[in-house]
Amino acid sequence: MSEQTFNLDGQEIPFAAGQSVMQAALSAGVFIPHLCYHPEFRPHGSCKLCTVKINGRPATSCTTPACAGMEVESNTQEVLGKRRTLLQMLLVEGNHFCPSCEKSGHCKLQALGYELGVMTPHFNHFYPDRPVDASHPDVLLDFNRCILCELCIRASAEVDGKNIFALSGRGIGKHLIVNAESGRLGDTDFALTDKAAQVCPVGVILPKRKGFAVPIGQRRFDAEPISAHVDEFKPVTPGAGGRP
Amino acid sequence: MTDARSSPLNDILDRHRHDGTRLMQILRETQESLGWLSPATITAIAADIGWPRAKVEGTAGFYSFFHTRPMGEYRVLWSDNITDRMLGNLDLMQAMCQKLWLEPGRVSEDGLVSVDTTSCTGMCDQGPAVLVNYRAIPRMTPARVEHMVELIRTRTPLAEWPAEWFAIEDNIRRADVLLGNDMMPGDALKVCLARGADQPRIETASNERSFREAIHTGDAGPGATLDEIKRSGLRGRGGAGFTTGLKWEACRNARGTGENAAHYVICNADEGEPGTFKDRVLLTRQANLVFEGMTVAAYVIGAGKGYLYLRGEYRYLLEPLESVLATRRRAGLLGRNILDVPGFDFDIEIHLGAGAYVCGEESALIESLEGKRGVPRNRPPYPVTNGFLNQPTVVNNVETFAAAALVALNGGDWYRSLGTPRSTGTKILSVSGDCERPGIYEYPFGVTVRQVLADCGARDSQAVQISGPSGICIGPDEFDRRIAFEDIPTAGAFMIFDIRRDIFEVVRNFVHFFAHESCGFCTPCRVGTTLLKNLMDKIAAGHGTRYDINEIYNLNRVLQSAAHCGLGHTACNPLVHTLEKFRPAYERRLKSLEFQPAFDLDAALSEARQMTGRDDAAAHLATEPETSR
Repeated sequence: MSEQTFNLDGQEIPFAAGQSVMQAALSAGVFIPHLCYHPEFRPHGSCKLCTVKINGRPATSCTTPACAGMEVESNTQEVLGKRRTLLQMLLVEGNHFCPSCEKSGHCKLQALGYELGVMTPHFNHFYPDRPVDASHPDVLLDFNRCILCELCIRASAEVDGKNIFALSGRGIGKHLIVNAESGRLGDTDFALTDKAAQVCPVGVILPKRKGFAVPIGQRRFDAEPISAHVDEFKPVTPGAGGRP
Repeated sequence: MTDARSSPLNDILDRHRHDGTRLMQILRETQESLGWLSPATITAIAADIGWPRAKVEGTAGFYSFFHTRPMGEYRVLWSDNITDRMLGNLDLMQAMCQKLWLEPGRVSEDGLVSVDTTSCTGMCDQGPAVLVNYRAIPRMTPARVEHMVELIRTRTPLAEWPAEWFAIEDNIRRADVLLGNDMMPGDALKVCLARGADQPRIETASNERSFREAIHTGDAGPGATLDEIKRSGLRGRGGAGFTTGLKWEACRNARGTGENAAHYVICNADEGEPGTFKDRVLLTRQANLVFEGMTVAAYVIGAGKGYLYLRGEYRYLLEPLESVLATRRRAGLLGRNILDVPGFDFDIEIHLGAGAYVCGEESALIESLEGKRGVPRNRPPYPVTNGFLNQPTVVNNVETFAAAALVALNGGDWYRSLGTPRSTGTKILSVSGDCERPGIYEYPFGVTVRQVLADCGARDSQAVQISGPSGICIGPDEFDRRIAFEDIPTAGAFMIFDIRRDIFEVVRNFVHFFAHESCGFCTPCRVGTTLLKNLMDKIAAGHGTRYDINEIYNLNRVLQSAAHCGLGHTACNPLVHTLEKFRPAYERRLKSLEFQPAFDLDAALSEARQMTGRDDAAAHLATEPETSR
């Protein structure tokens, strides 16, 4: 039986049964921008950065199963323009000050901004009031940068078995909360070694006492654009849909 | 609370069997009993149901009607649909706040009362309406406001407030087969059973439902009933218009999985679309017909359990509906061995929502029913295969179940004879706004907008918003269009605006509604609806330009293509429709500049003015003179 494929911007992409469009593309070395997707976790499709057009209709590539013969558009002006707007929405929703951020150069939001050519925030900043949580001895939580991707929630629940994080509020008031009556991370059993401490694509969950160990300019995405790191985002096992 | 075992909270938890999927009801009853959901209460509930505390807090924080802060002994919420606005709700609310020395949204210093707005409460034909401690009171007047303030000040319990305040009118102006029917409870079910009576029953005793599952479509009762539903051409009345027979068939063919394999029937009575109130009237006047329809669905798909998801705004209907259910149980129409058919077991439970429009989306509704935040699921899979508790589930609108009961009773051919070939049967419209006789109108599908306007006594109509903010806005040149799936589909809202109304303010109200009700799951809807709200407020403040109009179109393109569910897809509809048809309503507010910053220097000083108690000319910055076009 010959390999099944779909077409992505003119390139034939092979896929294994059960793979999403995103997984197949990444496996084939084609980068599709994303923030809430992580190769080790089941996709849930909330950031919408990976929106593509499939057979002329918009679809979220991380949650859409690959099918033979699909015509997928990703790298078109129309699709890229919408991704730019989505990034700008995220940039004005939170408080993102790249020059002073410890995560600068390691931040996927910033890296995608460069990748997609986001030159301005375009919209008015919301400047939300989001207090920082420094109660934990080893970890700082800076909610200002949260983009609500839910990766820390998923990692803490599915890998660490601790359920440290959750979401509360609704709409523009949606926010990350900590599993403690006080609401403070210091009152949980969160540890720096938790998976949840490793997955934040932006700069919310930061280790204390380890600022700017690598100078800005020499960091992961400073040297090469995020699209050149495509291998890091490949599915862990081919065909796997992430953790159940 | 000296004896922990018999505290109100423990009684509630016992009654709900410490089951996390019942969290919504646990939270609601706890709040009704304790006033609010304190951090300690949430910790106690989480420990009891065995959920992470943050997950319980996340559910409590999602719904408008749950409070994780004290909100006062009396919580007055003014329905803020455009129809309430047109009847003067804001002036009345302001008067109430002044008399109580309150700011909207703030609790009074003595913890007595808070006053705020809420999304449409479904009383558009008898507004302006309020909810007081989640009890509906329509027809507010200045005199009522004054009296109510007095009752609140004197801490008079709600039970001692004038009973007539709580009377909700049905206002049925035109009845057809649904609202006019006089079917006896159980009649439709008896016909269903009779359809299969001449067929040999296939008994396989492997499980209780096996005799139904073993019967193939067309063979006997359930299959024959399904065939009638399919023959009727009945389509869902909640707005999307999916063919009911196909939905039921897909669910019937799906297999439950795991140890708790089962099929479920869910009635969507989360009637949240602003301007819609027909389900309220159906549940008041035809509750038996609705429950009968759910039981017919259970018979067809082999479900043992059904839920009615009732929106929190209709809290007052809970006890009357419970009493209808109790009567049906006594009559052998619910419970075990319905109508003495062995194994025909089905019962219905009422689940009360807590103020979240998005839960009208069927997969969000199911999440909510499971005790979670009402966030729409990724689809596929669809509820017919993976619904409530991941089992095959039919979710239909109140009106759909009522119609299905009549189809079961009278047959598919009878139903098909009503309406149009592609839109069979009747449709109930909730008519409100500028007309002499707002209320409920049931028509065969195919009625023209003009006919409805004439029947309800609307004059000088400028526009009609059909199917609510997510629907369509039409002007007089389209009044000959028809209410039907092939022309103007609708979930039932029909809001009329005459020539005195400012269409821009209508749309601004809708845009605020979507921003308030976005669940916040996906980026485009969460941020985009707030951006749209800010844009409309900027235009309303006189700072808009053509640039802002283009921004609306840009945001529309992003929300249309990237949002997670229908709420985001349709959030720009009112803007796009009215920009096309009522553009002057926008343009007369625009400055002719190509760009105008949203930042308003003078407004930025308002806080300083408030703090210093000044409002004289010198405390204002001169704004630029308007450049004429």
